[in-house]
Amino acid sequence: MIRTQLVLRVNNQQHEVWVRNDRTLLDVLHDDLGMPDVRYGCAEGVCGTCTVLMDGDPVSACTVYAVQAEGHEVVTLRGWSDPQEEAHPLQKCFLARGASQCGFCTAGMLLTAATLAERNPDATREEIRHELVGNLCRCTGYQAIVDAVEDYLHLPAEQTAETGGAQ
Amino acid sequence: MTVQEVVPTPAGRTPATCFEYQRAESWADAVELLELWDGEAKILAGGQSLIPMLNLRLAFPAALIDVNPIPAADPRVERDHLVIDANTRHRVLRTSEAVRTHAPLLAHAVQFIGNVRVRNRGTFGGTLSHADPTAEIAAITLATGGEILLLGPAGERSVPVDDFFVTYLTTAAEPNEVVIGARLPVAGNARWAFHEVVRRYSDFATVSVSVLARPAAKGGLRVVLGGVADRPIAVDQGLLEPVLTDPGNPDRARESADAIAASLDPDTDLHATADYRRRLVAVHTRRLLAQVFSEEGAP
Repeated sequence: MIRTQLVLRVNNQQHEVWVRNDRTLLDVLHDDLGMPDVRYGCAEGVCGTCTVLMDGDPVSACTVYAVQAEGHEVVTLRGWSDPQEEAHPLQKCFLARGASQCGFCTAGMLLTAATLAERNPDATREEIRHELVGNLCRCTGYQAIVDAVEDYLHLPAEQTAETGGAQ
Repeated sequence: MTVQEVVPTPAGRTPATCFEYQRAESWADAVELLELWDGEAKILAGGQSLIPMLNLRLAFPAALIDVNPIPAADPRVERDHLVIDANTRHRVLRTSEAVRTHAPLLAHAVQFIGNVRVRNRGTFGGTLSHADPTAEIAAITLATGGEILLLGPAGERSVPVDDFFVTYLTTAAEPNEVVIGARLPVAGNARWAFHEVVRRYSDFATVSVSVLARPAAKGGLRVVLGGVADRPIAVDQGLLEPVLTDPGNPDRARESADAIAASLDPDTDLHATADYRRRLVAVHTRRLLAQVFSEEGAP
């Protein structure tokens, strides 16, 4: 069999799919399930545009096969911050700093920065840069992005409201 | 080979040779499946090198045997050795108290592997098996010494780290064997230093230098170089004689470092010429030797 029937759990919803084994999680989320917040960039795990959370950790959806994601909790940008609801405080920091221009890298930047904030709320500017080194941005020159994440880490605790699934 | 299904693919993407996908629930399972596929299957561990290779159509295995379902116990100390299971993710090596205490050089160097997503998926056994000549874990494991644990049809065996890396992407493991872990001598009061030169942070190292000094042990100074040959290489002990005769003397460190660099025959490629690689080795080896033998010792 070179196709497999799977149940994927994405943003708290079950999806039954029938996929070729060589379909990456990115292919299935973006092409089959129509999720535009997971984007095709390099297909080799270096650009960060297809970042999703798998069991809470950022991974490249292009270097995980869809068949491997069965039994794991997948969260995309829209699962982390519902577009129908108020923007996540980190998104507000990005807006305030002009840290998103064309927006193509932003989903990956946000998910990566949000998990850093959970793991290391006192991250230094250098640590933020180190964490985001695998997320390429061709517009902003990065300074505004690092500024936005720094702003977010410096928000008073009650304003970094826990939302979505970056648990 | 498996029968290929003809399916439409999005414009601009080359159709791949699809593969069968099988999950191994234990290492014994993985070995059994490898035997069944008789050389046509590849083990899928963290997938951070293998999946890009498949995405780029550089490899065409008939089957992938996914070993991710096999659990990894935490790194632990058994009989003066740090035992690390193959499926331990790089992230865990960075945070594990046992690794930080007993293999601090490893815990330190792991932060330079790829990016955070690579470290979340990539595994210790996967990178050892892949045997990239620039890989951090391969170099550090060679510096610490110890043995790589393999499982094959005939059972378990261990290979000294010094004999494990054979050439580009090739190890001493037989085609039906899998890496199930490694036993590394605990660091004790070892002093260490590590540096890698990269063109872009998170990229493959152009050259990496690892230095590990165990004052009490015989052959207690190990210098390992990555990116200068078809595999990570441990520097010949004879070349370390100058620095060992007078460890605090910067001139002796320079003498050793220059001799080490001169002994190399690295490749010239897009990223660096052979001469530049030798120069990097001379400079960084000298600095790291000085650092290891200075009053302050390791960082």
